[in-house]
Amino acid sequence: MASSPHPWLNPAVTVGGLVPLVLMAVQGPLGGLGPNAIEASLNDTGLIALVLLVASLACTPLRIVTGWTWPARVRRTLGLLAFTYACSHALTYVVLDQGLSLPALLESLGERPFIFVGFAALMSMVPLAVTSTNAWVRRLGFPRWQRLHRLAYVAAVLGVVHFAWRVKKDLTEPLLYGAVLALLFALRVGEAMRKRRARAASAARNPA
Amino acid sequence: MRDDQPPGSDITPESLYLRRREFLKNAGLFLGTAAGVAGGLLLLSGRRPGSITSAVPDAGAVAQPVVKAAGEFDTLEPRTLYEDITTYNNFYELGLDKADPARLAHLLKPRPWTVTLDGEVHEPRTVDIDQLLSWFPPEERVYRMRCVEGWSMVIPWLGFPLSALLAKVKPTSHARYVSFTTLMDPEQLPGQQRAVLDWPYTEGLRLDEALHPLTFMAMGLYGRQLPAQNGAPLRLVVPWKYGFKGGKSIVRISLTRTQPFTTWNMAAPEEYGFYANVNPAVPHPRWSQATERRIGDLGRRPTLPFNGYAEQVAHLYAGMDLRKNY
Repeated sequence: MASSPHPWLNPAVTVGGLVPLVLMAVQGPLGGLGPNAIEASLNDTGLIALVLLVASLACTPLRIVTGWTWPARVRRTLGLLAFTYACSHALTYVVLDQGLSLPALLESLGERPFIFVGFAALMSMVPLAVTSTNAWVRRLGFPRWQRLHRLAYVAAVLGVVHFAWRVKKDLTEPLLYGAVLALLFALRVGEAMRKRRARAASAARNPA
Repeated sequence: MRDDQPPGSDITPESLYLRRREFLKNAGLFLGTAAGVAGGLLLLSGRRPGSITSAVPDAGAVAQPVVKAAGEFDTLEPRTLYEDITTYNNFYELGLDKADPARLAHLLKPRPWTVTLDGEVHEPRTVDIDQLLSWFPPEERVYRMRCVEGWSMVIPWLGFPLSALLAKVKPTSHARYVSFTTLMDPEQLPGQQRAVLDWPYTEGLRLDEALHPLTFMAMGLYGRQLPAQNGAPLRLVVPWKYGFKGGKSIVRISLTRTQPFTTWNMAAPEEYGFYANVNPAVPHPRWSQATERRIGDLGRRPTLPFNGYAEQVAHLYAGMDLRKNY
């Protein structure tokens, strides 16, 4: 059996990606996250979820630009890690911050748009996580699976909006992630247009 | 060499030997990649090693206040730890992250320092901070502090009532408001090098609020000199208002005829009002104000109107709609 060219890559990304979460879980109760550990965990899990989501979206453009194949191999791992952090972020809010108080949670969702947007971002990641297996790619067929997984862009945009709305004053960081997303999106659109032109050109050369 | 010693090639077949090298190479790549991913994420998320200072420089003891039983304004609730009060700060002039002010506190030099008292007063003057402090015997006040972000503390301040200071300069009959200005010096307060807010930080009170016996000028906490991150050498404390009303590192106190501009009110008027009285019934667009987390607690507790000081201050706002004048 031919082993994959980088057998260490996905295990390494998984382990490295989970290190901050484990550190948070250990440090929080010990006071290592500062006096307001819940706020610190919310900020950190949210930010890491967004970073990993953007990283997963960078894989395909990176492959297009560089011709490397390894980015495509870690895309799923990065996406699932992003979902793990997004879930931890939401659970920290629901359980630790709001103490599972249903009225408080409904009020947040109904009256604070940034929380609703964050919730929508998480919900849009659920179908992606569920259909992340090879079996689901086969079941849906690759073109449909691929269309569904464009939701990742929706999730990332909602994530940036959620972040920008939450920040009290300094928008630099959310705008930075927004700019990276816009760049990644532009690269993909450029590639799609290039392919379409190539198809049109070949169709013109070979009329039916 | 003994005869029964097998040749080296029998001990480790060449294919296994090569796989061992491959295994080591892969293990190295695994560790390097895992460390790189983990390190990158930790750097990005701000859990930078050493970003939280547990060692707070002792600002030194000041003249101890007369030890007294809890006064009429003191809360008996458990006091927030000194370490938490001095490492969890919103002082944007010293950085946006709550751990930044303690980290950068050494840049702010609280001596020499002067405070200018001017505007609608009969005796305007600029005084040296130590002279100003010598006018008033230090007094301890244990106050609740509620931040607009939904957290709270109990802080034993050391200082004197603002009314005593205002009496020194004798407000004119035209004085209706008091404005407070923070030091403007991007060298000492590097956060001012970026236009995150419209520097210098200014805050304001109506004159009757400023003269209220609860309104306090703090120059210390826990019996020690005020650390820079808490607004050394002199800050305002208005315990029934959200924390941002308490201007830090004050260099100017002006009496005015008209309502002064205040920094957060100018930055986002629909979010931060001039009055900023703690009010669980008026939510902030991003935070419910109904509950708060006391620093050190895991759960939340209900927020009290006027931060629990309604009995003392509610009459100041009789006839006002505090949903509009938030």
